[in-house]
Amino acid sequence: MTWVADTAVGATTEPEHGADPSRRDFIYIATIAAAAGAGASLVWPFVDQMNPSADTLALASIEFDLTKVVEGQQVTLKWRGKPLFVRNRTKAEIASAVKDDGASMKDPQKDADRVKPGKANWLVLIGSCTHLGCVPTFGGGDYGGWFCPCHGSVYDTSGRIRKGPAPLNLAVPEYAFLTDTKVKIG
Amino acid sequence: MSGHSTYEPKTGIERWLDARLPIVRLGYDSFVDYPTPRNLNYWWTFGGILSLCLASQLITGIILVMHYTPSADHAFASVEHIMRDVNYGWLIRYMHANGASMFFIAVYIHMFRGLYYGSYKAPREVLWILGCVIYLLMMATAFMGYVLPWGQMSFHGAVVITNLFGALPLVGPAITTWLWGGFAVDNATLNRFFSLHYLLPFMIAGVVILHIWALHVVGQNNPTGVDPKSKADTLPFTPYATVKDGFAMSVFLILFAIFVFYLPNALGHSDNYIPANPLVTPSHIVPEWYFLPFYAILRAVPDKLMGVLAMFGAIACLFALPWLDTSKVRSMRYRPTAKVYFGFFVVACIILGFCGAKLPSDPVIPHLTTFTLIDSDLNSFVWLSRVAALFYFAFFLVILPILGLKETPLPVPDSIASPALAHPAAAPAEKG
Amino acid sequence: MLRKLSIIAAVVGLMTAGLAAPAFASGHKEEPPKINWSFNGPFGKFDQAQLQRGYKVYREVCSACHSMSLVSFRNLGDKGGPFYNEKYKNSNDNPWVKAIAKDYEVADIDSETGDAIKRPATSADRFPSPFPNEPAARASNGGALPPDMSLLAKAREGGPDYIHAIVTGYKDAPKGLKVGAGQHYNPYMAGDLASAWSGNHEHVPPGGFIAMAPPLKDGLVSFDDGTKSTLDQQARDVSAFLMWAAEPKLEERKKMGFAVILYLLMFSGLLYASYRKVWKNESH
Repeated sequence: MTWVADTAVGATTEPEHGADPSRRDFIYIATIAAAAGAGASLVWPFVDQMNPSADTLALASIEFDLTKVVEGQQVTLKWRGKPLFVRNRTKAEIASAVKDDGASMKDPQKDADRVKPGKANWLVLIGSCTHLGCVPTFGGGDYGGWFCPCHGSVYDTSGRIRKGPAPLNLAVPEYAFLTDTKVKIG
Repeated sequence: MSGHSTYEPKTGIERWLDARLPIVRLGYDSFVDYPTPRNLNYWWTFGGILSLCLASQLITGIILVMHYTPSADHAFASVEHIMRDVNYGWLIRYMHANGASMFFIAVYIHMFRGLYYGSYKAPREVLWILGCVIYLLMMATAFMGYVLPWGQMSFHGAVVITNLFGALPLVGPAITTWLWGGFAVDNATLNRFFSLHYLLPFMIAGVVILHIWALHVVGQNNPTGVDPKSKADTLPFTPYATVKDGFAMSVFLILFAIFVFYLPNALGHSDNYIPANPLVTPSHIVPEWYFLPFYAILRAVPDKLMGVLAMFGAIACLFALPWLDTSKVRSMRYRPTAKVYFGFFVVACIILGFCGAKLPSDPVIPHLTTFTLIDSDLNSFVWLSRVAALFYFAFFLVILPILGLKETPLPVPDSIASPALAHPAAAPAEKG
Repeated sequence: MLRKLSIIAAVVGLMTAGLAAPAFASGHKEEPPKINWSFNGPFGKFDQAQLQRGYKVYREVCSACHSMSLVSFRNLGDKGGPFYNEKYKNSNDNPWVKAIAKDYEVADIDSETGDAIKRPATSADRFPSPFPNEPAARASNGGALPPDMSLLAKAREGGPDYIHAIVTGYKDAPKGLKVGAGQHYNPYMAGDLASAWSGNHEHVPPGGFIAMAPPLKDGLVSFDDGTKSTLDQQARDVSAFLMWAAEPKLEERKKMGFAVILYLLMFSGLLYASYRKVWKNESH
């Protein structure tokens, strides 16, 4: 027993006449667009999970009590996995830094721009040499600032690069004074 | 069906690559122009769904490993770190845990489909056996994965299953110690399970490639069980099967999403949110739901060694299936008697699963005490397991071999496209 | 076809039902009454006022014995948490969180001398444990270990319903039940009372023994928002708080689920339409 073709369910032999091809394909375009959208929104969580997690971010800022730092001394903290210098500068050190504001240097910057107004004695720097990342030693070098033993970079009392291969001044992180004796870094 | 390739490289780059590594040709021949029977129903979409599950588990698993610590002291806390602190960690963890369940839901449906439509019969024996190998690897992977969070169920489930090997005569205890890496399940066990849990899915992927290769050599089965005879019987895989698989995957994802977002712990066990304690055994050790039928078979046999052998025997039956079934007719669509027994088989599997979650001595019908047979009241889950397990083995070892010789099948259609004796739901047009 | 579909579709349902049904140990316990929590259902949310009251109950009563060591103070200020405030998107800066943290002391080392010290906690710290280790916890509690509360609501069948039931469900032991020293009868607690029961063995009382004495009573914790501090209210609030502690991402999860499923439904519709279109001229 055989069936006759044109009575079979759901089968046509020719596409509709005069159907607009772009309307025919609209469904496909919409589907593919929806699939692309789904794919993109699926990718974001998988990418974002590699960003720092909440507990790492919680340690992103620290508070520090400045009464621990005697005048003329520096304290080294660990912040975000890197060394942080908190230096209580003497009047002489501040003066020599300001005096050199106009001197020729690789990364010119005024000393006042590297400290908070009214708190010029407090210098907060990331203790990582901008050459290749070694930790500079306190008080070394011609300017009484810092000296990096790895390749001989010399920083002044404002942390600016004066001699040697480092390209930039020691970085000043984001910080704020919560009180006269407490800073929040980060 | 492996015919000759119809791929024509169009651009210069395509020709250059095709002459050196014809991978585009392989992709085209396998998934674009590949002739697919036109009458495949939705039960055939689960292969694609399983590939989706494998990809999902691989990706979420690799991400989880970025944050997980495989040490007995830190594993539990590291999983909670993922749930609480890692960006979208909760999502990835729930996707991975529920993805395993979805993987098994899909694989069981896929296997039942193969059973019903005779997809294991010649010339697809190797295809079926590769599938059984994938299933075994999945079970090993899932078992080891469940140990990693180091909760109470993780730990004590590992204790129970590794202790099973101790039942083997002579070498049993040595094997168990070797598996443990110590005198009990401990940090050494956890670390090696972590290593193997990372490895096995890639082996699964490899066997899946062999599985698809074996499939493409002999061609897809179809609901009639009749081989495609002409071009009229088939359609190119893309776009016909691709779009249907895509739709089925999308619906499957809805089920997946319901579990991940609204019922994330429904398929798990609350005891696994308690950190592992070797000194305290949970009142009721239960494996994950996909192992319950085998757990029921294991506990149905009173002897420890025989129980282990019965459990592995149940899986071995699957491997032997192509040679156990004597029927000349492939699809149970045309085997009305076999269809009925298949229905009972599915019910038996579900009953076994149900029993696996219960205490063996608990009554099936509450408050009813009958008489004690051998070791337990007749109205108990252990006896129900025994009846269901008996049917499980009988189906493979007795029913299928005998049925093929004794039953009277319905007339099988001449071809997929031939309308006369085809399944009433499909009324294909006759070409030309 | 349909029969097969319905059989196989029943698998998941049956499995879930089969697992959800309590597997009666040789003892049995009462089912905790179901409470209509604000976080139930697909659109559930935590009630922030309830979480704050619940935190107060935890702080004033439970934290004396129970640790919550997987929860950090900053979590209290996270979205969905008891002290979340829109102004402080970064919960580490949340002033309520910082104030709460400061009231606790955590172990630390003096960075100059290396001595073990105790310092006030910051929002980055986790809730400290009331006892330094397990043996100390057991010694203070008659040999029983008060479980950590970080995941308690997920680690017990029945979750917050169960916690509420246990805490409000203490009953006098029925006559014939021998209650050991340091133990209390609770019909919602898992256990097997057959060996302690001298009455009719067809009617062993439900429940078990719990080492914790009834922890709450009317008026024990005063609520700052004026809510009447009954035993039931305290129990509800602390159970809700513990559910938050166990699953802080609950609200985010359900919200995302709604968007995802809606999108998938639309996407499935588009795919189905494409499927019909592709197959339009072909017989199946």
